[in-house]
Amino acid sequence: MATEVHAAEGATGYIIHHLTPLTVGEGFWALNLDTLFFSAALGGLFVWFFKRAAENATAGVPGLVQNFAELLIEFVDNQVKDSFHGKNELIAPLALTIFCWVFMWNFMDLFPVDILPLIGSIMGIDYLRVVPSTDLNATFAMSISVFCLIIFYSIKIKGPWGFAKELMFQPFGPWLLPFNLLLKLVEELAKPISLALRLFGNLYAGELIFILIALLPWYLQPVLSFPWAIFHILIITLQAFIFMVLTIVYLGMAHEDH
Amino acid sequence: MSINATLIGQMITFALLVWFTMKYIWPPLFDSLEQRKKKIADGLAAAEKGQESMQLAEKKAKGVLKEAKEQSSEIVNLAQKRANEMVEASKESAKKEGERLILVAKAQIEQEKQQAKESLRTEVAALALRAAEQILSAEIDKTKHQDILSKISNQLG
Repeated sequence: MATEVHAAEGATGYIIHHLTPLTVGEGFWALNLDTLFFSAALGGLFVWFFKRAAENATAGVPGLVQNFAELLIEFVDNQVKDSFHGKNELIAPLALTIFCWVFMWNFMDLFPVDILPLIGSIMGIDYLRVVPSTDLNATFAMSISVFCLIIFYSIKIKGPWGFAKELMFQPFGPWLLPFNLLLKLVEELAKPISLALRLFGNLYAGELIFILIALLPWYLQPVLSFPWAIFHILIITLQAFIFMVLTIVYLGMAHEDH
Repeated sequence: MSINATLIGQMITFALLVWFTMKYIWPPLFDSLEQRKKKIADGLAAAEKGQESMQLAEKKAKGVLKEAKEQSSEIVNLAQKRANEMVEASKESAKKEGERLILVAKAQIEQEKQQAKESLRTEVAALALRAAEQILSAEIDKTKHQDILSKISNQLG
């Protein structure tokens, strides 16, 4: 088994093995198969569940599935109504997708760290990193998509000139144009980077701690991993929530015309 | 931990998911939520309305009941008064009748007394006359002393 092979190389080997993705290809064109697979599978699960709820949606007494879906829909809708005052058909479904998808990514963190890699190794897969949000590619893919939407809506709502004006003349007026531009560029670029890195950092660290706990003697593991898992339930929800709310807020800012 | 083509794959997946959610998931669920909200609001409004009308009806019923009570007590009062009046009237008429009967009886008694007196007087007169006749039959000529006799008879009458 892969874990045992690496156990021979000591704790460092075990950790590195757990954090190494299953990759095909070389250089930039390499693909992290595990990230792609798990995120797509979780996305499929999300779509399947909600599609089922949507197909059977009735205004009468809702079933269990519909009830749960509606709970989430209403929760997301309230968040959107709180932070976003424009009119946009995309924002709420986008926020729902982000929340659910990120939450499911993060949820993978709660599976015992060895179980899925173990199953993988039985099937002949040597490396398996099951939490997509511990892959920078996944978090950046999402935050860059959001960033593109921010730019798109900024230009669409304010017009190219309006957006350029905002970049050049705010916050310090036209006399400090280069400084304004620099400041604004940093501000805009900080959005996707902070979004991606916050999620990645939290989940990577969380996963690392689970791995470290897994290295301890067996009688110590439950004592530590149980409270950490409970705490982690909060973290994974919070991170999904933060990603969603910040996306809404950023897009709301893009819609505000000064 | 390096950025590679996974990024692009993830972006495509994300875009597809968002598109699908936007197109097929959000609208029906959201609509059903809105519809249910409306349904519940309508139901609550109807319930409130029903309650209001019930209260109104109750009030009305109370009013009608009160009116009926008043009316019935009025009727009872009237009937009592009427009965009293009737009793009073019948007492009065009975009294009157009694008085009348007494008067009639008295008058009859008086009349009978008078009659008795009359007949008594006539008899006494006849008796006296006969006695006088017998006494005087020898001396007095009936035709001669007619004047005196009738005078006496009148005085006796």
